[in-house]
Amino acid sequence: MAPVATAIEEQRKTDETALITGSEAIAVACKLADVDVITAYPIRPYDTVMQYVAKLVANGEMDCEYIVAEGEHSQFEIVKHASACGARVFCGSSGVGWMYAMEALTVTPALRIPMVVMVGNRALDDPGAFGVEHNDALAVRDLGWQLVWVDNAQEALDTALIAYRVAEDRRIFLPCAISCDGAFLTHSQALVKIPSQEKVNEFLPRYNRADLLLHPDNPITVAPQANEDWVMEIRRQNYAAMERTFGVIKEAYADFERILGRSYGNPFFEEYQTDDADVVLMGMGTLSTPVKVAIRQMRKQGKKVGFVRMRWFRPFAAEDLAKSLGRFSAVGVIDRDYSFGSPYLGGVLAGEVRHALYPSPGKRPPVLGFICGLGGREVTVPDVERMTDSVYKAAEGKVQPLTQWIGLRE
Amino acid sequence: MGRLFAIEIIYRGIFQKTLGKHISRSIVLAAHKEDKLGISFGRYGDSPERNGIPAKNFAIVATDEQTLEEGMAKYEPKEVDITIAVDDTLCKGVESWAWYGLQPVNRLLKPGGTLIVTSREQPEALIEMAHRKEYPYKLAIVKGTPSFSGLWVYKDDHTDVRILGAIARILPELFSLESVQKAIMDEWHDELKATSAGKSYERTTSLTVQPNQGNPEEPYRFDFPKWHEMGEGIAIPSIPAGHSFEDPTTHAVGGFRPDRNPTFKKFSTRTMRPVVNFDTCIKCTLCWLQCPDSCFDVTPDGLYDANMQACCGCGVCEAVCPVKDCVTMVNETEFRDNASQWEMWKKDKEGYKTWLEEKIKSHPERSHGFRYRGQYEEQVPEMLEIAREG
Repeated sequence: MAPVATAIEEQRKTDETALITGSEAIAVACKLADVDVITAYPIRPYDTVMQYVAKLVANGEMDCEYIVAEGEHSQFEIVKHASACGARVFCGSSGVGWMYAMEALTVTPALRIPMVVMVGNRALDDPGAFGVEHNDALAVRDLGWQLVWVDNAQEALDTALIAYRVAEDRRIFLPCAISCDGAFLTHSQALVKIPSQEKVNEFLPRYNRADLLLHPDNPITVAPQANEDWVMEIRRQNYAAMERTFGVIKEAYADFERILGRSYGNPFFEEYQTDDADVVLMGMGTLSTPVKVAIRQMRKQGKKVGFVRMRWFRPFAAEDLAKSLGRFSAVGVIDRDYSFGSPYLGGVLAGEVRHALYPSPGKRPPVLGFICGLGGREVTVPDVERMTDSVYKAAEGKVQPLTQWIGLRE
Repeated sequence: MGRLFAIEIIYRGIFQKTLGKHISRSIVLAAHKEDKLGISFGRYGDSPERNGIPAKNFAIVATDEQTLEEGMAKYEPKEVDITIAVDDTLCKGVESWAWYGLQPVNRLLKPGGTLIVTSREQPEALIEMAHRKEYPYKLAIVKGTPSFSGLWVYKDDHTDVRILGAIARILPELFSLESVQKAIMDEWHDELKATSAGKSYERTTSLTVQPNQGNPEEPYRFDFPKWHEMGEGIAIPSIPAGHSFEDPTTHAVGGFRPDRNPTFKKFSTRTMRPVVNFDTCIKCTLCWLQCPDSCFDVTPDGLYDANMQACCGCGVCEAVCPVKDCVTMVNETEFRDNASQWEMWKKDKEGYKTWLEEKIKSHPERSHGFRYRGQYEEQVPEMLEIAREG
């Protein structure tokens, strides 16, 4: 048997395949990124990632400060401060745990902290459901967080590496939350290619806090109280940083493809069978699986349906998306979230899609909204077929409610 | 369009918060007795107030609703009919939490507008403290020790109603004495207060201050960077630790002067300042240790020099000094500059002694009413006597 050190050395050079969950994939990304400080506080389904990181640390495979905080607020505050001091950090939570950290979440982008976190998407209480809804991560959508949704464990691992690369870019310095649907992604194992340490090192430079480093050799005051004479300028700086993310994300995906050899096409959204599609469905996260299966079945019946899966919700690639959607005669947006009282009472994504389309110089297809799969309820193939039927009716100009609940007992 | 009136009340944060609010509210209530409309508000950026840091209240009054709206469409009025300074040391200027730099006390006054100051000083002393203005304005004094009716206590020494009486005299178009007295009775049900307002009305006179009168200094100001010129991440360079400095007579270099906030000077925060007798100082370090604002420079010869850029005038140094009369708090009205006392002493010890004795002798009792236990209670009857007898 080879000595352990040699085995680890071997592993550094070659990609290998492992059967792991989405949470474990993110933990592996933390190891590969050589994260310095990790804080944890258990809440399902995020806790799977902290358990796996703890195991990596305990097994001597990973070297980091691993701090179990007394609650989510402290959990996020600790890594915020560690990041200000130049440490690469990882954190995460789910559902109301994420909401309990809200005050820390608001100050993190304001202070330009490139924190990378995993949100194991979970329905907000009450009732205390464990299943997926996207409202937790979406609660920070206006604050300067980059938000990205993934739909499989491989993408979770890759996106975590990309997230560090983008967040820690000096042009950006904004936090990034990677959303993984509770259960469907966090608790189910899939075969994942684990890139070699060499490739990761080439792709991901060390975090350099540069002029903003909180250190005795660089005496600065962070977050002094400031009033109306300064606040607009401070917000404008964050606006500019978020504006720059479009370019930096594209760069990162291009380098990822060049160095690690996996391509994601358009980084911001994935298109599935859209080339000849009459109508498309849209959504985020793991509902992509039943949608794709349903599309294949419907195509056998001659229905030309496509699917657009949003990866990056912030930044939101509105122009690209509007241009793409202009090719179809109707769009159906599936929201695994709600926004009670919003325009047309739709979900969050449906509203954003309509917003993206409105100033578009091209064709603006009608947009139907579907609320589906809340609290972890399965989005079934028949559900998808039902939604597609409605989208076809919208394409034909038939009047129907702009927001429809699908998979509801009624 | 009808007529719009704007009045500002400049007061010392926390110590005079209640006083400022009473005056501004009462202006609106008195004007309302004559069917005028108005609003009363504090300058939001001044809050949370800090001890002694200048802050402002405004009363905007109009003859009709539309005119009032014109006056309300601004965060604060751009010009006022009357500026009230309820502490005469504010005549030196106003540096608040709400803005950067020093603003002259008379900055917002319209041509011919009136500055009302509560003071026991003569007009000449106040005119000398206030910055020059490009056009004439008027000065009226409501005689009295600055009243400290603050966040924690309300010293009912009639300062509020005496100012209202003075306004009725200066700007009769705003409201009459009768309206003031009606408003006072509604608010306080106190005939003595109404009488005090009447006596103040009778006694109030004003004199004109010409553009060539007053402090000729340019008030210090700061330019704001554009958004892309500012550092990111709400991070600013720290104030450097500090450095040694030179003795102006021996040229010895030593001691330690902490660097200080370059954009907030505290000159207008204090109402009194320590005067130090360097000949009797035993170098015990207590003033330097206890000063909450790190205002003492350690001199090359090991003495402690209160730096006026940082002194808030709290009086802790005087309280902790174990040597009799070594540190004495003196009313800020006695000073015209912020120069180093230690340098003055080093250059001319005899001259300094004379200066020191004169300052200590003439220092009128001053503080926020809490310099010693019971001081606040003593001041009320004294003020009521002034209200009655002038």
